[in-house]
Amino acid sequence: MKIWLQHHFLSLAQTLRRLLRSPFTTLLSVAAIGIALALPTGTYSVLANIKSFSGRISPEPQLSVFLSRDAGRADIAGVEARLRDAVGVSTVRFVDRNAALADLKRSPGMADVVGALRDNPLPDAFVVTLASTDPALMDSLEREFGSLPKVVHVQAESVWVRRLDALLRLGRTAVIVLGVLLGLALVAVTFNTIRLQILTQRDEIEVCRLIGATNAYIRRPFFYLGSLLGLAGGLAALAIVWAALTVLNRDLAQLALLYGSDFRLRPPATQELLGVLALAVVLGWLGAYLSVSKYLRESPRD
Amino acid sequence: MAIISFSQVSKRYPGGFEALRGVSFSVEPGEMVFLTGHSGAGKTTLLKLIAAIERPNGGSVIVNGKNLSALRAGAIPYLRRNIGLVFQGQKLLYDRSVFDNVMLPLIATGHPYGESMRRARAALQKVGLLEREKANPVTLSGGEQQRLCVARAVVNRPAILLADEPTASLDSAYADEIMAMFDAFNQVGVTVLIATHDQFLIGKWRKRLLTLDHGQLR
Repeated sequence: MKIWLQHHFLSLAQTLRRLLRSPFTTLLSVAAIGIALALPTGTYSVLANIKSFSGRISPEPQLSVFLSRDAGRADIAGVEARLRDAVGVSTVRFVDRNAALADLKRSPGMADVVGALRDNPLPDAFVVTLASTDPALMDSLEREFGSLPKVVHVQAESVWVRRLDALLRLGRTAVIVLGVLLGLALVAVTFNTIRLQILTQRDEIEVCRLIGATNAYIRRPFFYLGSLLGLAGGLAALAIVWAALTVLNRDLAQLALLYGSDFRLRPPATQELLGVLALAVVLGWLGAYLSVSKYLRESPRD
Repeated sequence: MAIISFSQVSKRYPGGFEALRGVSFSVEPGEMVFLTGHSGAGKTTLLKLIAAIERPNGGSVIVNGKNLSALRAGAIPYLRRNIGLVFQGQKLLYDRSVFDNVMLPLIATGHPYGESMRRARAALQKVGLLEREKANPVTLSGGEQQRLCVARAVVNRPAILLADEPTASLDSAYADEIMAMFDAFNQVGVTVLIATHDQFLIGKWRKRLLTLDHGQLR
């Protein structure tokens, strides 16, 4: 066990020495891996931010049911009863047209406009909160309420949220495709880097095989090399993402200020960061594995 | 029981060149044998078959009780740990010191570091290179490089030592030195098989002689 650890340590130390012996090549490989990983990580991170932002805006699904201007008390009570009876409705709130106008008057800059009106242009309305965010339920209720007497219009508050959601789903698919492609690129980069390293150490490998080193021993330093390249590339990717988010946030802060919001892009969570690093290590290892195995297969005996 | 035993071994290289034909012989443990013949007679091929660097096309090669034709690829490293190789054009590694070149076989076969250092020093002492242990092999003379190869071959204490033209590029004083080393290893029980076409050495050391002629033993 001690010998085994000693070997791994020696192997790791040797790998580090080799990486440092050709710093330029190492840097280039790390940069290539870093950029390849930064693209999907960065995009994912921006999408996650937008998603949480949209989630904050509309925490629950709502329908606004606008009544005709000539609806009387009886009509209003009738509609309200139907709304309350509908399956999937959680709360129903009546918004009186006069109360709505008073509300509007209180909004900054609207008092003059409202004061200039001769009579109230607003209709009576109900705000219906649904029990679930199921889009199918929302659609069916929207149709059902639209066909009630004296109802002129039903507005699903969350239409744009749902559109954004669909867009985000599209974005997520794009991130996955991008991630898979660039993951393959990462494997290709380590494969080639390791291949070059193998070629420069061809003599050593040949000697090792003739003196009875197992393939596992010969592979080990290259596995370390691949994993270290992956790890360094992963760290580079996170640095790139962090830098990009910082720059974006500076511009975004001004935009958000104009909208009176404090929206800013948050960096990925620790788990996600570790996930990216772990993935980078695994992919680097895989590239090394493919490269060494190919070499050992091509020269199987000596 | 013989430590090396060939029976009706033939080896044909891709392209049709027949390097060995119906070769049969055996070597007892502790023997020292010269293998001779014109160049191209199959001396190197024969040594390569013993070290499982090449596989025979026919017949059987048994080394250390193992039939090499039936040997799994994964078992070859363990076979080679019992065989020290001093081959022509055998590569010394010029990116490390003399000492580290001798350390490599020990480290690569899983010996503890401290013990490896002692054994590497002992091997260097035997070939008279201990005071050059920190030098780069490229700064050594031809004779010293050959001695380094020998040190690397024996540091693992193999049961069999195979040498292919170990004295080819050396003048006779150096050649004698190398041969004396092989003889010393043989004295402590190592089976030694030396391929050479140097008739002077063969005459001087008077060991058992195997002569190859166009791939066949005479």
